[in-house]
Amino acid sequence: MTQYRVLPGPEHFLPPSAASMGICLPNPGEAHINGVIVPEEKAYEEAAKQFLMAKVPTIFPGPLVLWAWNEKAAKKATAVRHLYNTLKECAQPGQTPMLIPMPDYRPKYPKINPEVEINPNHPNLTIWHNKIDCCMFIGVHCHQANLSLKIIRGGTSCYTIAMCAQAGHEDAMLSFRDASVEKIMKLAEWVRKLKGTVQPRLTSAKSGASN
Amino acid sequence: MSKERIKISEDLYDIMPSDYQDLVKSATYGKEDRGWKDIGNSKELIEQHSLCAGCPESMAFRYILASLPNPEDTVMVGSTGCTSLVFPMVAVHNIHSLFGNQNAIASGLKRALSVRFPGRTKDVVVLAGDGATVDIGLDMTLQAWFRQEKFTTICFDNELYANTGGQESGLMQKGFVAKMAPVGKLFDKVRLPEIARESGCHYVVQCTVSKPSLIEKVVRNAVMIAREIGPTYLQLYTPCILEIGKNSMEGLQEMRDSEKPTERFAYKEYISEPAKQLLAEVTAKDKEKKAAAKQLASQEA
Repeated sequence: MTQYRVLPGPEHFLPPSAASMGICLPNPGEAHINGVIVPEEKAYEEAAKQFLMAKVPTIFPGPLVLWAWNEKAAKKATAVRHLYNTLKECAQPGQTPMLIPMPDYRPKYPKINPEVEINPNHPNLTIWHNKIDCCMFIGVHCHQANLSLKIIRGGTSCYTIAMCAQAGHEDAMLSFRDASVEKIMKLAEWVRKLKGTVQPRLTSAKSGASN
Repeated sequence: MSKERIKISEDLYDIMPSDYQDLVKSATYGKEDRGWKDIGNSKELIEQHSLCAGCPESMAFRYILASLPNPEDTVMVGSTGCTSLVFPMVAVHNIHSLFGNQNAIASGLKRALSVRFPGRTKDVVVLAGDGATVDIGLDMTLQAWFRQEKFTTICFDNELYANTGGQESGLMQKGFVAKMAPVGKLFDKVRLPEIARESGCHYVVQCTVSKPSLIEKVVRNAVMIAREIGPTYLQLYTPCILEIGKNSMEGLQEMRDSEKPTERFAYKEYISEPAKQLLAEVTAKDKEKKAAAKQLASQEA
């Protein structure tokens, strides 16, 4: 059993992949929090708490939901918008929920405008620029999500959540698997349920990792 | 094959950066007669680029991207060099290969696409500099032609390694002294168009990019012939104005000077017999379409 935990960074330049440190992916019906496998219900609660605690909770929808390449993608996009609207409704003064797209994976450096989009090859720019302290990836192809999550863990203090349609992401601090419209809506329900019960952080900066 | 496959999810449309919204609204994906005249009237498939001001390569990119007959179903393969600075800003699927193996990558890609999408036309276009095409990647370039791989190879010939400060390349002209080749080139420019013809290319053109209508014609021909018959090759002069001591606004004149009949970039074209037949058929079909459209218009009037 590994002692390694996937915690908010900055861990260090080029952190190890969590998989190489012994972190395993959850089975269906499970999720992981900081690399520890938990029942999915617990992950909903924790993800909702993290969103409600954050000063700038942000959703990063990727190409798989931004582009209406099939009916399911369009429905997921609707659910993502619903989750964002819920975050806005539940936000307390001083909290600024954001919805920032990752339209494709082209390494657009140095042309990227970090205020309005995120790029998997330098996601830290968008996180630093907008002072994002909690984010959720959804609809990003696994390889690009892993790359981004590792860069974020290495260089920022942002808490990362992955709503993955496949088997989940070890490199996120919290990861769901088999993402669906229902799961996104359920997370929105949890956010609403915990509204007012969680104290938001006063600043966006958090302490470093303790691995 | 059309814009129908390129749609933004309605609920997230407003958060998409404007360049993506413009691509969906006014780019020429799916337009049958797309060409260089669309530049200025529609969203181009190249966003800003990071080349030097006045670089002829940027003109070449704009004309080529405006002329691809089927951009939504085209994959471009690039290689190391100035072109690799541009591909991240291009709205056509593209792959960056290792320096020199672009034609090997394109061979595998073309075959894989034809297996994966048997009922759909997928074009593959290699676009690399002279170092990648003629020096480091000559083996891969030639082997792809020998094997009659069905894709187009475009070489941006700037006659040296511009991206790294001006080293000698095989396509540099004899006697030329570059910043990092002070002795001067001791042998002639490699005659790749002739080699391409002898290696089995069905359509070979050497020209400059001074005339957009010409680039449109040769790019369309090259892609159509590669799709149906076999390999095609375009060698386009895109001078590096920095390395030959010119100013930003002098690139076009440099190309015009170099394409005069006695100069080294005088227009050269080779078309194989099967390719000639194909082009004749395409031209006849185009004429028929135009005549039908004209007739329809006159009836409506």
